[in-house]
Amino acid sequence: MTANSRTLFDKVWDAHEVLQREDGASLLWVDRHLVHEGSHHAFAKLAERRLPVAEPALTIGVVDHYAPTRERDRIADPDIARMIRTLEENTARHGIRCFGMRDPRQGIVHVMGPEQGLTLPGLLINCGDSHTSTHGAFGALAFGIGATEVAHVLATQTIWQKRPKTMRITVTGQLGPAVSAKDLALFWIARLGADGARGHAIEYAGPVVENMSMEGRMTLCNLSIEGGARCGMVAPDDVTFTYIEGRPFAPKAKDWNRAVADWRALASDADAIFDSEITLDGAEIAPTVTWGTSPEEALPITANLPDPAELDRARADQVRAAMEYMGLVPGQRIQGTPVDQVFIGSCTNGRIEDLRLAAAVLSGRKAKVPGLVSPGSALVKAQAEREGLDRIFTDAGLEWVASGCSMCVGMNGDLVGAGKRCASSTNRNFKGRQGRGARTHLMSPAMVAAAAVTGTLTDVRPLLDGRV
Amino acid sequence: MAGFSIIEGPAVALPQDNIDTDQLIPARFMSVPRKDGYGPYLLHDLRFDSAGAPRALMPLNHHVDAEILVTRRNFGSGSSREAAVYALVDFGIKAVIALSFGDIFASNAVNNGLLPARVSEDRIEDLIGRLGDGKAPMTVDLQACEIRIGNEVIPFDLDPIWRLKLLNGWDDIDMTASHGPAIAMFRAARAEQAPYAMLDAMAGEAK
Ligand code: SF4
Repeated sequence: MTANSRTLFDKVWDAHEVLQREDGASLLWVDRHLVHEGSHHAFAKLAERRLPVAEPALTIGVVDHYAPTRERDRIADPDIARMIRTLEENTARHGIRCFGMRDPRQGIVHVMGPEQGLTLPGLLINCGDSHTSTHGAFGALAFGIGATEVAHVLATQTIWQKRPKTMRITVTGQLGPAVSAKDLALFWIARLGADGARGHAIEYAGPVVENMSMEGRMTLCNLSIEGGARCGMVAPDDVTFTYIEGRPFAPKAKDWNRAVADWRALASDADAIFDSEITLDGAEIAPTVTWGTSPEEALPITANLPDPAELDRARADQVRAAMEYMGLVPGQRIQGTPVDQVFIGSCTNGRIEDLRLAAAVLSGRKAKVPGLVSPGSALVKAQAEREGLDRIFTDAGLEWVASGCSMCVGMNGDLVGAGKRCASSTNRNFKGRQGRGARTHLMSPAMVAAAAVTGTLTDVRPLLDGRV
Repeated sequence: MAGFSIIEGPAVALPQDNIDTDQLIPARFMSVPRKDGYGPYLLHDLRFDSAGAPRALMPLNHHVDAEILVTRRNFGSGSSREAAVYALVDFGIKAVIALSFGDIFASNAVNNGLLPARVSEDRIEDLIGRLGDGKAPMTVDLQACEIRIGNEVIPFDLDPIWRLKLLNGWDDIDMTASHGPAIAMFRAARAEQAPYAMLDAMAGEAK
């Protein structure tokens, strides 16, 4: 390694370092700060100190977590109405642009940012939301922060951080048919653990990642946090530039050419050293589902559930508790487990490509169980409707609703009932995540569609055969 | 926020991996303003059954004076909701001792004066065995980075940056204020070098 060979992460980090304190903490400049309803704590902290927002133009608000997906004009729940109103008032007071409930660009913050061209390579992006890692798909340094830190960014447009270690996950070969970025993410998290990448910035590389669409890369980077990583990144390339060009907030004309020239330099140097290197074979990955209450509890759909009798005590306790919560029997096959309902949406898998794949499975078929499809943004919704995907979902018997976080977290009232089993394209199968006592199985949108068609957890491959 | 160097109080064990922030505070309580207090919602669905009755097997229901929590791997993983820390702090918890923490949670904890102390696996198992479902007096010494229980002394890991911050009760916004000129210079250079990184108020809006 030459003294100055650097990783993609290093390059973006270094370009944002305002200064370093003696104790090693760095003060970083923040290019884009995204805020949502949950930022009310941070705005309250600012108000307490009577501080203005340092860079209103670099701060962007969007309503997503509490956005109702039905009857948007009359929000029945006063708490939900208040959360949305508070964001709209806070952003208006500070001169911050906000994609509110009636804005045609409204959507989940991590869908809206890229869609609007607010997310660009080489930027540092913060949001008070852990899945901010999504934006790393563009070669941005993007990570989630807590409310105190949100207040700090609002007040100073900077953030104190300790430099994380670097990890490269290289995926060789090729993914099999109907195997997607979601399966890849669940696969590596199951292998390394939900804290396997703790304290690390991940760079995803290798032919599988290079051949992935921006949607797939976003899904992959989105789930970095579920493996404990600080952020996930992919080096920007022509796929990235093609996606960005012409988007409303993207640079134009001369500025565009200059930006692309800069962005091409954002790749890890050939001899850059990572603190940790992981190599996976894409061909080894099958459609994957979670069975437990942590994203690390995932298995190929063809596998059998673990048996606590074969595990050490601490691990066995954990598996037993997860199985009890999930209502599953040790050692049984995952495939064929009946589900009560399905959900397609979220910042992980609510983009147009996700909807197209799910529709490919559902087209001409009927769902055996009820389900909800919530596009990641109002623009994704409009696009899907232009393509007739909404009809495929509704003809199958699923409900087609407006965009927001919806059943990913249930803050808007879209909840899974207690004890109900949901096949879900979301990111967290935590106890109670989709509603108190709800049983969540995470999987790709195509796998969710397959679960809808059969009413059970099932391998999507035969159902997609000849369709894509 | 005041700094501190010693925590002395009852410790209680929660022997589980992956206690995520959705469990620490379920999403439905998150519209509550902080001043109303988040203590009642801490681990709500683990502490109370669906009828609202306290669960007998939950140590925190018997030891409401707990100040130190001992738990296993990946505590505070998941959502960045700082409300998870508010719930712990408002309940009266001053330190969490675990094998590992979610990064964002740990940083949120330090910003609210809650100590996230990392201890090796055999020591954690030892403490969990010792506490059972009871409680025991414990001392957590932030100067020495050690935990004392009975005659035992257990070292813990904490990022040195966070240790200083907790010891001194530093507030980041105050600290950053002194760097105002450096930030202003940086901003100007950034606008020059990467014009695409800036936005003006009207950028991106349809004309
Ligand atoms: S869709 Fe789910 S994970 Fe994504 S931002 Fe919304 S609540 Fe968070």
